[in-house]
Amino acid sequence: MDVITGTVTRTVDARGQSCPGPLVTLAKALKDAARGDLLELLATDPGSRSDVPSWATISGNHLLEAGELEDGTFRYVIRKA
Amino acid sequence: MTDEPTDELTQLLDQAAPTDDGLNKENKITIIAWGGDLDRIWPTLILSTTAAASGMEASVFFTFWGLFTLVKPGVRITGDNWMQKMLSVMNPGNPSKAKLSRYHFAGAGPGMMKKLARDYKTPLPSELLEMARDMGVRLIPCQMTMDLLGLKREDLIDGLEEPIGAATALLEMKTAAIQLFI
Repeated sequence: MDVITGTVTRTVDARGQSCPGPLVTLAKALKDAARGDLLELLATDPGSRSDVPSWATISGNHLLEAGELEDGTFRYVIRKA
Repeated sequence: MTDEPTDELTQLLDQAAPTDDGLNKENKITIIAWGGDLDRIWPTLILSTTAAASGMEASVFFTFWGLFTLVKPGVRITGDNWMQKMLSVMNPGNPSKAKLSRYHFAGAGPGMMKKLARDYKTPLPSELLEMARDMGVRLIPCQMTMDLLGLKREDLIDGLEEPIGAATALLEMKTAAIQLFI
């Protein structure tokens, strides 16, 4: 895993969305981001636990963090490749 | 991590190598949307939209009953002769009218599926079609099906690619890393 440098530049709120909503919302947000930007994705879809890492593998972006917040929200930090 | 290519990357590079016919397998998914059933169109649109969101090229070739998915909402009867007109009445266009392949129950099934989708915040096929277009999924009508079923360009929604034939569809498939017939 690469060393995390920089801070999260944008939070993408995909809570309440279901497959493929969170990934579409994330992809749209990434379009406006610059290379190396860190984006935080918040999602409630349990499918995102497997889907976000798969998406990162296919798209070539870097998944730096994947975790769960206290309220059960899934949180991911992605760096745009 | 170093910049050494990983096994995964090497594999991907190998896959990208030209085949015997000189055509590269691109990072692309091509789906042949043959069925017009709600439960076929739904996964077709989810997969293609997700592929586009993952940076893959995605194209969907709509043929036979699948082509009715692209009929504009509000367009009811299409075709020039009674056979084509009858087919259009039996296959009301666009995903909001599509039938389920099983448990259709004279229309109650799709209604329940849509209610479930709403309750579980899953996008409806009509919304997915919009999302797919928005994400740059290439939606391609089959020319031969258009002729056969009497569907004209103006009967279909906007934002589609030019209609193509079987050879171009084959080329789409041949250059795609993933091909599906749904």
